[in-house]
Amino acid sequence: MGQTIIEKILARAAGRSQVQKGEIVFCTPHRILSHDNSAAISKIFKQIHAPAVWDPERIFIALDHAVPPPDERKALNHKIIREFVQKHNIKHFYDCGTGICHQVLPENGHVLPGTIIFGSDSHTTTHGAFGAAGIPIGRTETASVWAIGKTWLKVPETLKFVLTGNLKQGVYAKDVILFLIGQIGASGANYKSVEFSGDTVIRMSISERMTLCNLSAEMGAKAGIVAFDETTRNWLDNRVLHVHEDYEPLSADDDAEYKEIYDFNLEELGPQVACPHKVDNVVPVKNLLHTKIDVAFLGTCTNGRLDDLKIAAEIMEGKNVAPHVRFLVYPASKKVLQDALRLGYIEKLVMAGAQVAVPSCGPCLGAYGGILAPEENCISSANRNFKGRMGCKQDTGIYLASPATVAHSALAGHITAEA
Amino acid sequence: MKLEGRVWIFKDNDINTDLIYPGKYTYEPLSHIEQAAHAMEDYSPNFSQEIKKHDIIVTGDNFGCGSSREQAVTCLKYAGIDAIIASSFARLFYRNAINSALAVVECPQLVESLFEKVEKADSTRTDFSLTIDLTKGTIISESRKFSFPPWDEQAMEIFKSGGLVEFTKQKLSGQQS
Repeated sequence: MGQTIIEKILARAAGRSQVQKGEIVFCTPHRILSHDNSAAISKIFKQIHAPAVWDPERIFIALDHAVPPPDERKALNHKIIREFVQKHNIKHFYDCGTGICHQVLPENGHVLPGTIIFGSDSHTTTHGAFGAAGIPIGRTETASVWAIGKTWLKVPETLKFVLTGNLKQGVYAKDVILFLIGQIGASGANYKSVEFSGDTVIRMSISERMTLCNLSAEMGAKAGIVAFDETTRNWLDNRVLHVHEDYEPLSADDDAEYKEIYDFNLEELGPQVACPHKVDNVVPVKNLLHTKIDVAFLGTCTNGRLDDLKIAAEIMEGKNVAPHVRFLVYPASKKVLQDALRLGYIEKLVMAGAQVAVPSCGPCLGAYGGILAPEENCISSANRNFKGRMGCKQDTGIYLASPATVAHSALAGHITAEA
Repeated sequence: MKLEGRVWIFKDNDINTDLIYPGKYTYEPLSHIEQAAHAMEDYSPNFSQEIKKHDIIVTGDNFGCGSSREQAVTCLKYAGIDAIIASSFARLFYRNAINSALAVVECPQLVESLFEKVEKADSTRTDFSLTIDLTKGTIISESRKFSFPPWDEQAMEIFKSGGLVEFTKQKLSGQQS
């Protein structure tokens, strides 16, 4: 019996020729990622009494969740992390303003096809866009991997999505993945790995593939993966890769065994929106009539990249955000911000009324940088619309959509995917 | 290994980590008592006042979906919860629970039978108790017996050590000796 991508990646990381579904294996990651939670992780690491970290060259930390820190406690968190980084010679540390961990990690050549990336963040699935297995873990488990360099994983079953057809003008990867989450539900891929394939996926850019894999977390997936191809190779060829520069991509065997294969032809798909308060509560945007918004949020590890800013800038050029709307733009990284400046996207967004912020997670997690007031609605390019997610639970509503829908809605003042 | 306690019923699916422990506290270094005070804050505001030590939560599918935040597990543990029985758990919550030595059991049949006893989809501290035998994989609820699949050996080993911190410490000292 052939093997799926995740089976091959886990086998390699465990030093095995192959693995069986349901089997427990011990795996060593190529990188282990964490962010502002590294302060808490470093305290747990101390409790473990390890003599040193397992490998300072494989630990990656980026500060992104509370940047710049809005209060003393969060500033102290950052200080604790900087001290830890210095003490343990952590090689890959990216301080405030560099960007969101899931953007900075691949941008700086840390993600290689065929490897495992562990991350103390649920959207670590993003790194599947590079043919890697991005597997989220918790804080204690991250501390344990810092100490001993491996953890146990159960070899998951795999779901395969075969996506075909050209997307209509104005329809994006975000619409595709929201549609799929709506189809299989918030727990549809729980404990399982997901492979995205088909001609629609093959035509997608790395950025679009990152959006797919990122949101596979919202179907409960352990990993969401797009197989390595020419697009991946070209992207990696333009990066400086770190440390273990040789990589050997892996792909699924033709006779690999899948738990389920879903075929979707997407030619007729229109823009989608996930309505409050669940990510699988997905409807076509055209079904929403006169849903007023107060905040439009463009950014995050899901959709804060250069192509996302470009789409919004082109829609908003020469126009103005509706008077009652606050339009927040958080570029996903310093590099995205620099490129967007150079290409004039930021200028267009600012002229239209955008409030552009430091590259970071922003209000996605509801701790700072654009909290909602009671009874307010937000149209957002982010990844979660849980009740209270943007800091206020009292009659607030978060609607998730593509950057294009966010831009159109910011101009109109209500949710729409049309100019 | 047996656990016995009074039952809370959260008659819902997909209760997410933001409802269990709001994101605004995730990057605050809060004490155990403070974490416990925020447990279930955005789902069941009376939970942290009414909970008693050794209580058990019974809930639906995909409990703990969303963020990797470990406080979603530890706030419940510090509040006094000894075990959670769900139809299913989100993967990260399940792992975090084992790593923090909080018992998590998947038993849809038991959940279904208890869900019939409450009307509304809201949290309630009920009058009845149940007993979980982790080793045998059984639950006794009002003299009815339910069974659940045993944990993987690895998960059981971590749980028995008292959590992943202790487990890793033992591993490290094993390596050194």
